[in-house]
Amino acid sequence: MFPNPGKADSRRKFLIKSAALAGASAAAIIPRMTSAAPPGAMEFPVPQDPTKVQGRAIGDDGGYGTRSQFETEVRWRFPTPTKQSSWSMTPLEKSVGVVTPSGLHFERHHAGIPVIDPNRHLLFVHGMVNKTKKYTMADLRRFPSVSRMHFIECSGNGLTEWAVPKLKTVQGTHGLLSTSEWTGVPLSTILKEVEVKDGAKWILAEGSDAAVMTRSIPLEKCWDDALLAYGQNGEAIRPEQGYPLRLILPGWEGNTNIKWLRRLEVSDVPYMTREETSKYTDLLENGKARQFTFVMEAKSVITFPSGEMKLPARGFYEITGLAWSGRGVVKRVDVSTDGGKTWQLAALQEPVRPICTTRFRFPWWWDGTPAILQSRCVDETGYVQPTIKQLVDVRGLNGPFGSIYHLNGIQSWAIASDGSVTNVHHY
Amino acid sequence: MSTTTKELVFAFLVLALTAGHASGQGYRGPYGFGSTPTREELAAFYSIPANGTGLPPGKGNYVQGQEVYTGKCVACHGDKMQGVAGAGEALIGGRGTLTSGKPLKTVESYWPYATTVFDYVKRAMPFNSPGSLTDDEVYAVTAYILVEAKIINKDAIINAKTLPKVEMPNRDGFVPDPRPDVHD
Repeated sequence: MFPNPGKADSRRKFLIKSAALAGASAAAIIPRMTSAAPPGAMEFPVPQDPTKVQGRAIGDDGGYGTRSQFETEVRWRFPTPTKQSSWSMTPLEKSVGVVTPSGLHFERHHAGIPVIDPNRHLLFVHGMVNKTKKYTMADLRRFPSVSRMHFIECSGNGLTEWAVPKLKTVQGTHGLLSTSEWTGVPLSTILKEVEVKDGAKWILAEGSDAAVMTRSIPLEKCWDDALLAYGQNGEAIRPEQGYPLRLILPGWEGNTNIKWLRRLEVSDVPYMTREETSKYTDLLENGKARQFTFVMEAKSVITFPSGEMKLPARGFYEITGLAWSGRGVVKRVDVSTDGGKTWQLAALQEPVRPICTTRFRFPWWWDGTPAILQSRCVDETGYVQPTIKQLVDVRGLNGPFGSIYHLNGIQSWAIASDGSVTNVHHY
Repeated sequence: MSTTTKELVFAFLVLALTAGHASGQGYRGPYGFGSTPTREELAAFYSIPANGTGLPPGKGNYVQGQEVYTGKCVACHGDKMQGVAGAGEALIGGRGTLTSGKPLKTVESYWPYATTVFDYVKRAMPFNSPGSLTDDEVYAVTAYILVEAKIINKDAIINAKTLPKVEMPNRDGFVPDPRPDVHD
């Protein structure tokens, strides 16, 4: 039913090292099997010895750099019927540090990626305010700005994994998670400017894509830490992430972080939009559905070693992964190598920031016998990441379309004696 | 100033600048950027809450809605609104399945408010031409769906007055977020 998140189309072959090259001149070009560079890269000839020939000229890339032609990881599109209403997942198995390259940030679009001229884009703020306003992008950039590192996670992350392990790699099981530095205006600043009226409780945020996506957001969150972001990782937000303007609601399910933001309407009631009623609600076995389940609870996953990898030999490995919580700072990560029987403390790597992925590391000497690796995260509220079974015990397994969002259970990777790593459920 | 005092002042400044931004703390405005939109600019926007505020003039009924559906919806949602694999979802059916272990979520079985149907269809449907329907067409196709879902009578007229009064089968099917719901 679910295909495997693929590696990038394996057009790239290893360099040919033939005996014929042994006597070649220093400036010799090593022939390559292919001339097609991976996405985001440019193909260049590879000299036999880069110390003996001048390298590429500055500026030949037009002034915007590309990644190495030897790096191939790409987002993987989940095989939905249309490419406009679909999602793509971040290759977390290759991740280092906590920041996601902007070109690998996961996507979830409902009607494709709109092409928007920032010079024509406007943000309207109206409804229960004393001063109805419209802002150009230039207007918004004049306000004092902040930059904050936050993860965004789709609440559908892991929806395939409730009943049985389905997808094979961490890209498939956890790839609807990415982290960026977001820059923009605190929404509270704009709310001060427009003077919110007494009795207001909600804000409708609306995007300017072909889905004209809308979600109702409680006003408290808007005052608290919401951001009108125009920057991502030091440059303009990528089109797939909402260019030129995105609402960032730190720690809340991805869908509420409205992209291509064009309108904020202040209201005393929620609007009961399609996304917050028929979707993004959590149907339980008793037939009742939880609504407005905004927060992404504490979660973690081991990214190395993870599904589809193969450990080459027994010996030392550094287990590493990511932990995060929508409720604040990650306080602790435990790692188990025996399927949860015993747990040991992992080291947290800086930066450790609120509502941001935190990288953990754990030294491990693999003795070559089968093992089950797990990680468990505890956040600043004391909440302990549960097992999938604990979640199912409370929420039920209401078929494939019941409670499908907000799976934050512990992930298990089984290491076989031959070193191969597979996705398993283990309690 | 002594070094210690300087450090203290600096620390205080840093604290003042990075302190909680809740409720606009640290706000130094008003800055006055931006401008006032015209009535016409705002009139182009809509979002319809359950009480129907903002529903436009116009109306539609089952017969008119059948025409809209047959012309613009049937390809993706099927001749009986049963849905089409790889295209549109089922719009009707599924009543009584929410506790079955195989829930079918449709307008009929799951959607708590009829106003959401109007808002969403006007906003995003048909998928290949979003925003192309007139308000009368949206009222009409909403009527057609609600009749086929056995929620309203075939002779009903759907407009700004009648739509918010429609009682959906799953109106009381939603509860607030109780999480954290798993405790160690």
